[in-house]
Amino acid sequence: MDNSATTPVRKEVVEEMLPYLTENFGNPSSIYELGKTSKHAVEKARKRVADAIGAEENEIYFTSGGTESDNWAVKGIAFANRNRGKHIITSSIEHHAVLHACAWLEGQGFDVTYLPVDRYGMVSPEDLKNAIRDDTILISIMLANNEIGTIQPVEEIGKIARENRIFFHTDAVQAIGHIPVDVKRMNIDLLSLSGHKFEGPKGCGALYIRKGTKIEALLHGGAQERKRRAGTENVPSIVGLGKAIELATDELKEENKTLLEIRERLIEGLLKIPKTHLNGHPTERLANNVNVTFEYIEGESLLLLLNAKGIFASSGSACNSTSLEPSHVLIACGVPHEIVHGSLRLSLGRMNTLEDVDRVLEVLPEIVQKLRNMSPLTPQEYRNL
Amino acid sequence: MDYSVKVMDHFSNPRNMGCIENCDGVGEVGNAKCGDIMKIFLKVEEDRIVDVKFQTFGCGAAIASSSMATELIKGKTLKEAWQLSNKAVAEALDGLPPIKMHCSMLAEEAIHEAINDYLQKKGLEPWTE
Repeated sequence: MDNSATTPVRKEVVEEMLPYLTENFGNPSSIYELGKTSKHAVEKARKRVADAIGAEENEIYFTSGGTESDNWAVKGIAFANRNRGKHIITSSIEHHAVLHACAWLEGQGFDVTYLPVDRYGMVSPEDLKNAIRDDTILISIMLANNEIGTIQPVEEIGKIARENRIFFHTDAVQAIGHIPVDVKRMNIDLLSLSGHKFEGPKGCGALYIRKGTKIEALLHGGAQERKRRAGTENVPSIVGLGKAIELATDELKEENKTLLEIRERLIEGLLKIPKTHLNGHPTERLANNVNVTFEYIEGESLLLLLNAKGIFASSGSACNSTSLEPSHVLIACGVPHEIVHGSLRLSLGRMNTLEDVDRVLEVLPEIVQKLRNMSPLTPQEYRNL
Repeated sequence: MDYSVKVMDHFSNPRNMGCIENCDGVGEVGNAKCGDIMKIFLKVEEDRIVDVKFQTFGCGAAIASSSMATELIKGKTLKEAWQLSNKAVAEALDGLPPIKMHCSMLAEEAIHEAINDYLQKKGLEPWTE
């Protein structure tokens, strides 16, 4: 139940990719037939991505994934527009790919405002308006958060950006396949997406760049991607991404309906465990996301015990991160440090069922109790239940 | 996390987990903000640790370190228990990932706190490194 971390590649996607890993190995830039086959496959995928988000084909650029797309958007817009201004506005709950890129830009002479969020992780359009300066050149706010699932008021944000003639980038990595995206309607100028979050292959994503946007390249070299992103195209993965995004957006409505039912059953069951809190917005949240904190226990030990029972999830605990820092998202939501360490994220996928939920609800209370009995923090009334 | 078989064993089946009512010495180190707290309870008879229990809030390595550390000091004299280094705890567990070595440090510190608490209760001078 860790689909927000990654998803298995769908069977239909693998089938679509296979020929490009075997007999159709041509370089799309080559003049002969084998090259042309690859070129056409890439362009077909490009159209699929464009259709999925309401953009035009020549506005879609393939990258190595969400991180590259985020880095390119933020750094590329910053450097291309630095004569107009040096101020960037983002949120305190962005993915590290945006946050660390912004932090790096601060070292390069840019000013960055990190908007706070409310306890549900929601950005306030009022705060955004108040943060805008004469020299603001970019707003970057994610469509939906990967940890707590909160969905931002992107249409309103896009409108504010448009009115102030500021570029608006959104990290839609978690949103694709769960939220219908229309870049025109939402006034989005740049959008990041990543294949392995919607049953496509890893190592492949895309950046949508609205026609007419001035942006510096990250990768210089060959003339691929309209001379904006050098490097031989990852044909098999691009083909896979195209197929995956088409399936994900076609099935979005039905999939969400199923996921919602499963999610609600899971949340309801989890909240029956005492001293358990739901993180993120109760309703404006991704249909596949569940994030809770259990008081008095720590997340990594929780994950290990779940793993032993064949349940895979993740946590915002410091012990579970390579940086030894607790989840910046939960901290931004005002969750006390001690409790952040006891967080658990369960993110559903197409393969999860109500039976899976029942299995989790069968196993989890015991695990939580085992850890509570072991913890010096647990008050007497919550021991040995 | 790359945990050894021994670490996973001590994590899943921790030894000496619990508390001692009317213990002779108790030591608590770490803090919830950092995500690691270890509490060690000692029962001492004639300078020897006859019983020891732990309570831990923390990750797999923290729980395993507590379990192993308490096993290693059970039945030892206070002086011997004081000598228990975090390296010894980590070695006894067949090693800890570098990023988790601080958990074994916490075990060493908790034992020192518990021993000093016992000494102070007895009106004696606490020990230093």
